[in-house]
Amino acid sequence: MALKGNLRDFTITQLLNLVNLACKTGTLVIEGPGDVARISFREGKLAYAQLGEQESTLAAILRRNKKISARQYTILQERAQKMTDKELGLLLINAGYLSQTDIIESLQQYFVAVVRQLFTWVEGLFQFDTNTLTPLDKIPVRMDLENLIIEGSRQLREWEQLSQEIPSLDMSLKFSDRPGTNIRNVNLSVEEWRVVSYVNPKNTMRQIARTTKMNELEIRRVVYALLQAGLVEIIRPGGASVSIQPRAFPTTDKKEQKSLVYRIIDRIRSI
Amino acid sequence: MQTVKIVVTGPFSAGKTEFIRSVSEIDVVSTERKISAEAEKIKESTTVAMDFGRITVDEDLILYLFGTPGQRRFDFMWEILSEGMLGFIVMVDSARPETFREARSILETFRAYAPTPYVVAANKQDALDAWDIEDMRVALRLDPKVKFLPCVAHDKETVKKVLLELLYTILAEMETSNKS
Ligand SMILES: Nc1nc2c(ncn2[C@@H]2O[C@H](COP(=O)(O)OP(=O)(O)O)[C@@H](O)[C@H]2O)c(=O)[nH]1
Ligand SMILES: [Mg+2]
Repeated sequence: MALKGNLRDFTITQLLNLVNLACKTGTLVIEGPGDVARISFREGKLAYAQLGEQESTLAAILRRNKKISARQYTILQERAQKMTDKELGLLLINAGYLSQTDIIESLQQYFVAVVRQLFTWVEGLFQFDTNTLTPLDKIPVRMDLENLIIEGSRQLREWEQLSQEIPSLDMSLKFSDRPGTNIRNVNLSVEEWRVVSYVNPKNTMRQIARTTKMNELEIRRVVYALLQAGLVEIIRPGGASVSIQPRAFPTTDKKEQKSLVYRIIDRIRSI
Repeated sequence: MQTVKIVVTGPFSAGKTEFIRSVSEIDVVSTERKISAEAEKIKESTTVAMDFGRITVDEDLILYLFGTPGQRRFDFMWEILSEGMLGFIVMVDSARPETFREARSILETFRAYAPTPYVVAANKQDALDAWDIEDMRVALRLDPKVKFLPCVAHDKETVKKVLLELLYTILAEMETSNKS
C-alpha cells in the first residue's frame, strides 16, 4: 500500500513519526498550496529537504548562513556553475576555507527550516516514494527526527487553538473603535503590518491571506495577535450594518415583520 | 399557522436545556444519550440531538426554541439549525472559565453562518464561583455593543429578560437596515 494521502487527514508530524518509528528510507513529496516540498530520509533519519523553487544549492545555503560573503557567492555562481554540491563542498574543505562541520551544520539548519515551514501547511497531497533517495549531486545529512516531531506537535496544538479562536476565514476585519487605541503607537511586526494594511470590511481574512501569501495558520496567528491587542474586530464581510435574513420571517413585509416581533415580545412578557 | 425560531447555543453543560425548559410550554424534547468520554463526565447525560421548546404566541404564530448539541463533533447540526433563525443566544457557564474559549468559538461560528442578531447570556450567575459579568465580557472579548446578560436558567424571569433583549436587538437592527 503506497503511503499517500492528504495532510488534512494525516499531519506532517504524524508522517515524521511514522518515518522515525519504521526507520523508513525514501522521499516524501508534498504538494502544498502553491509549493512542492521534497524531504528525503535514510533509515528513519532526515537526509535532505527542498522547498519549491527556492535556491537550495550549497552556495546559496552557505550564503544565507553567512558562511560566505555576497561577493564570494557571486564568484561561485559565475565560475562554479557546473560543480555539484559535493564537489564544491570538497573544494571548500580542501582549500581550508570551511570545515566539514560548517557545511553540515548549514545544511542541517536549512533542512530543518524547510520542515518547519511544512508544519504550517494544513492541506496538501503527500506521497512517500521508497525508490527515490537524496539526489546524487547533493550532500545528505543524518539528523534524528525526535526534536522535530516534538516541535511539530506543539505547532499542531497551536493550530487547533487558533482554529477554535478564528473558525472561519470568510469573515472580515475592522479596526476596533475603542477610544484610546492608536495603531500607530503599537509595535507591529512586518507580517502584522501587511495584514493591517488590508483591514477593511470588504476584505475577508481568506482574501487577505491570499494577497499577502500567508497560509491558514499564518493569517490566523497574525489576526489572533491583533485581536488580543484589541486593535481589530471580526465582522461579517461587506459592512458593519447587519441585515435580517428575509427567510427568518414568514413574511417579507417590514411592517408585518415588526408587528410579529412585537407580538412575541408581548407574549414573552406575559409568561 | 406561522412559525419562527430562535436558537440557543453554547458549550456543553452551559445550561441550554434548562434555559429552554424554563419557558417552554411543552416538555423539552431532548434526545439524551449517555456519553462516557472522560472530559464529558460533568453531567450524567448530555444532549446529542437537540432540545426543542415551544411558545405559542397567539392563534397563528408559534415560536420555537432550538438548543444546539454542545459538542463540537455535532457541529454539522449547527448550520442546519441556524437556517432561518430570527436570532440566537449564546449561553456561557459563568463558573467555568475553561469553557470561555469554546463559547467564543461557537459565537464566531454562528456569526459566520448568518448576519443574525444575537445576545450572550452569562448563565449560572447564582453559582458560588461565578465570574463577574464585566470580567467575563473582557475574557470573552465581547464587543461593548453586544448585549451580555446575567442569567440563571431555572429562574424564569432572567430567561425572559434574555429573550426580550434579543427581540429588542432584532427590532433595533430592523430599524438600521430600513434606513440603509
Ligand atoms: N446553579 C445553576 N445550575 C444550572 C443553571 N443552568 C443549568 N444548570 C445546571 O447545569 C447542568 C447543565 O445544564 P443543561 O441545561 O443540561 O446544559 P446544556 O448541556 O447546555 O443543555 C445541569 O445540571 C443544570 O441543572 C444555572 O443557571 N444555575
Ligand atoms: Mg442540553
